[in-house]
Amino acid sequence: MTVRIVDRRQDSRNKSSVNRGRFLRRFKGQIRKAVADAIARRGIRDLENGEKIGIPAGDISEPQFHHGRGGMRDTVHPGNDRFSTGDQIERPSGGGAGQGKGKASKDGEGLDDFVFTLTRDEFLDIFFEELALPNLVKRQLARIDEYKRVRAGYTQTGVPTNISIVRTMRGAAGRRIAIGGPYSRELRQLQAELESVLDEVPANEDEVRRLQHEIEVLKAKRQAIPFVDPFDLRFSNRIRVPQPSTQAVMFCVMDVSGSMDEAKKQMAKRFFMLLYLFLNRNYEKIEVVFIRHHTAAEEVDEDAFFHSRETGGTIVSSALKLLRDVIVARYASSLWNIYVAQASDGDNWNEDSPVCRELLSESILPLVQYFAYVEITDGEPQNLWEEYSKLQAGRDGLFAIQRIAQAGDIYPVFRELFRRRMT
Amino acid sequence: MSRKKSKRMIEGSDWTLEGLELADAEIARVARSYGLDCYRHQLEIITAEQMMDAYAAIGMPVYYHHWSFGKHFLETDSRYKRGQMGLAYEIVINSDPCIAYLMEENTMAMQALVIAHAAYGHNSFFKGNHLFKQWTSADAIIDYLVFARNYLSDCEERYGIEAVEQLLDACHALSNLGVDRYKRAPPLSLVKEKLRQQERAEYLQAQVNELWKTLPQRENVAAPVSEKRFPEEPEENLLYFVEKHAPLLEPWQREVVRIVRKIGQYFYPQRQTQVMNEGWATYWHYTLLNTLYDEGRVSDGAMLEILQSHTNVVYQPPYNSNWYSGINPYALGFALWRDIRRISEAPDDEDRSWFPDLAGKDWRENFEFAMHNFKDESFIAQFLSPRLMREFRLFSVLDDDSQSRLRVDAIHDERGYRELRQKLAEQYNLGNSDPNIQVWNVDVHGDRSLTLRHFVHQRRPLSAQHEAVLEHLARLWGFAVRLEQQDASGKVRLLAEKKTEKRRQGGI
Repeated sequence: MTVRIVDRRQDSRNKSSVNRGRFLRRFKGQIRKAVADAIARRGIRDLENGEKIGIPAGDISEPQFHHGRGGMRDTVHPGNDRFSTGDQIERPSGGGAGQGKGKASKDGEGLDDFVFTLTRDEFLDIFFEELALPNLVKRQLARIDEYKRVRAGYTQTGVPTNISIVRTMRGAAGRRIAIGGPYSRELRQLQAELESVLDEVPANEDEVRRLQHEIEVLKAKRQAIPFVDPFDLRFSNRIRVPQPSTQAVMFCVMDVSGSMDEAKKQMAKRFFMLLYLFLNRNYEKIEVVFIRHHTAAEEVDEDAFFHSRETGGTIVSSALKLLRDVIVARYASSLWNIYVAQASDGDNWNEDSPVCRELLSESILPLVQYFAYVEITDGEPQNLWEEYSKLQAGRDGLFAIQRIAQAGDIYPVFRELFRRRMT
Repeated sequence: MSRKKSKRMIEGSDWTLEGLELADAEIARVARSYGLDCYRHQLEIITAEQMMDAYAAIGMPVYYHHWSFGKHFLETDSRYKRGQMGLAYEIVINSDPCIAYLMEENTMAMQALVIAHAAYGHNSFFKGNHLFKQWTSADAIIDYLVFARNYLSDCEERYGIEAVEQLLDACHALSNLGVDRYKRAPPLSLVKEKLRQQERAEYLQAQVNELWKTLPQRENVAAPVSEKRFPEEPEENLLYFVEKHAPLLEPWQREVVRIVRKIGQYFYPQRQTQVMNEGWATYWHYTLLNTLYDEGRVSDGAMLEILQSHTNVVYQPPYNSNWYSGINPYALGFALWRDIRRISEAPDDEDRSWFPDLAGKDWRENFEFAMHNFKDESFIAQFLSPRLMREFRLFSVLDDDSQSRLRVDAIHDERGYRELRQKLAEQYNLGNSDPNIQVWNVDVHGDRSLTLRHFVHQRRPLSAQHEAVLEHLARLWGFAVRLEQQDASGKVRLLAEKKTEKRRQGGI
């Protein structure tokens, strides 16, 4: 008898993925908090990597009835090198007499966090969960690159996997009846004739033989009708129907003026990095336009936006003008869902802020789906904030302003701005 | 007795399927010559990742889904990846056929070691030991786990993942008090389970309804009925009691409680025989492979590798070492079995006076007797010899929280042998390490509250977790739950109480 050896290495590897998912789902609250903390710590470049996450072990313990510390306890240890019966020993500090189990109880303060690693996908899933671009409603067929396959009746040709058994058999049955019907009718007549001939007292032998022969021939003919003919085959047909798809563009407008110190710029960049990650991950087709400004605005590419260090004075309206021009020139608002996220320390040239407000209310807000302004300052609101606040009335869900004072606020503010809303 | 040019069964370090087959056949031959009685077995080759999956499911190939297994997986995964732990070389499942997992990373020599250890050592122990025979049905466990998993996923579909999860959380919290320690559990069988499950659900519900019938009693029936407790005798198996008597559980919830209870029961003998079982398997891999080495079937190099790994496994660090974390069950078990053989074959005077029944008898018979009829506690109480206590240099320390210092109350000397042996055996008595908590009373005629009683052993208190556990229990029970503590003098005090009003919540 030889032993049975089974090579399981090719079997499914991720048997635990369901359980892993359950775990993440169950402690989503704690994990999301840990994720938010992690983001605040991270540099811009590794924002989207997987992350080692620690959540308080107390929260995820599985309680059972156990003995606590105290009472009388005898423990046998090996390796006696100095003791004899009756010796008294000082109680070792921390952990009773060489407690074998390293299990800290729930009341112990210094519980370590339960640390594990999230994959990049898990990390981002949790990160961007329940976030969405608001008012993503304009759908159009101009750019068709999404198709849906839909059923479209049956055809006579196709691949074997698409054979529709029911249709084929129904057709075959009909054909058999249609072709076999006349034979059956004739057969019945002949049989009736045969019976009447046989009923006559002196049966006419020749007649009987002729009739019997004809019946045989007819039966053979009926037999020869094929049960299923290639002619009967029907195949389920599917065709591709173009799907209307949404087109969206996000404008990232960042202030890089001199009043934005390095810390503020870092925060602004982080904010846009998050936005960029979020858009890339959750929306397949989205265009992103990067605009940065000091006294003059320019459209730059992703790399320059996040990594260049140019700086100067501040005229916010320059960026808004450029924004408006780009929209008019390239993104007809009848076809595009347009979003704008603007970040600034709000420290604008005084005369310019009312201009900004006007620009916004007159020419930009009517075109866009959503405009989010983030002011990065830890002090009093600046003049731009004040001007923008006047615009808020009556524009719920279209215009939002938020403040970020420190790195830890970035994620909550981001979530607040892009929270999935009931439509 | 090497034949002509006896073929080596281990060639090189890489294993091949043919090599495994050959090694298994050779080991089987030697095992037969020693008279080992095993279930059929099956070797399965798996990757490290799969090993971690298996870890998370307590080694079982199928298991129902629960977040706690995911947690264990993440724990193992991150510790393994950071190099804080190695993986076990083998996992073996007490089933018929017995399944032994081999990791693909192992060398051929290690595979041979694992085959001898798991497929012959553990396997024969599963088949022979009375606890396993009595409590587990090797032929049915896999089927039952499949049944459990399907049943639970059906429940999840029907009642929602969260409802099932809450229920499982509650059951897991009670699972260490969900075993019958003294009664025999009826064998599990998939077919019977399925057939009876529906019937049982209906019947149970009817029973419970009977118990909780709330028709007003006639006036002339006097009150003192309430003097009688329910249950009349304290019940040690909390989960069993919940399954049978919890007033508000739905039939499917009772079935889930039962599943957790049954599976817990299946694992109970493993907890009770760790030292014996690991020692037995270690003894046999050592003996079988040494025999093969003597026959010339194992090369020097391979044997060296096997011995190195064997030595690591049975290393017992002393109490003051950094590596010390209690007594190593492999070391203690291996030493005990070896000692039994020594006592059988070459007893000295001390052995003759301590072990008159073993000394000079056939060692295989002694082995079989010990393996069949004991568990860790009684095994140590019976077979730990003075010589072994000296070799391990055992000493016993009393930690009494009413004293400021610890006291050494026995060491490996003439005065201490018996006390030491008894103390060590006590340490393996699960009845002592798990707190003794029993169902004491249900207020059948009043507020339907459930009262548990903790019988304090040597003044040991419960850990603070008991509050959380009680909360789980209250959720299962549906009415108030109380935990009382009875100390050695018989004084009873209320430790904790949880009230729930579940009826409005609708379902657990």
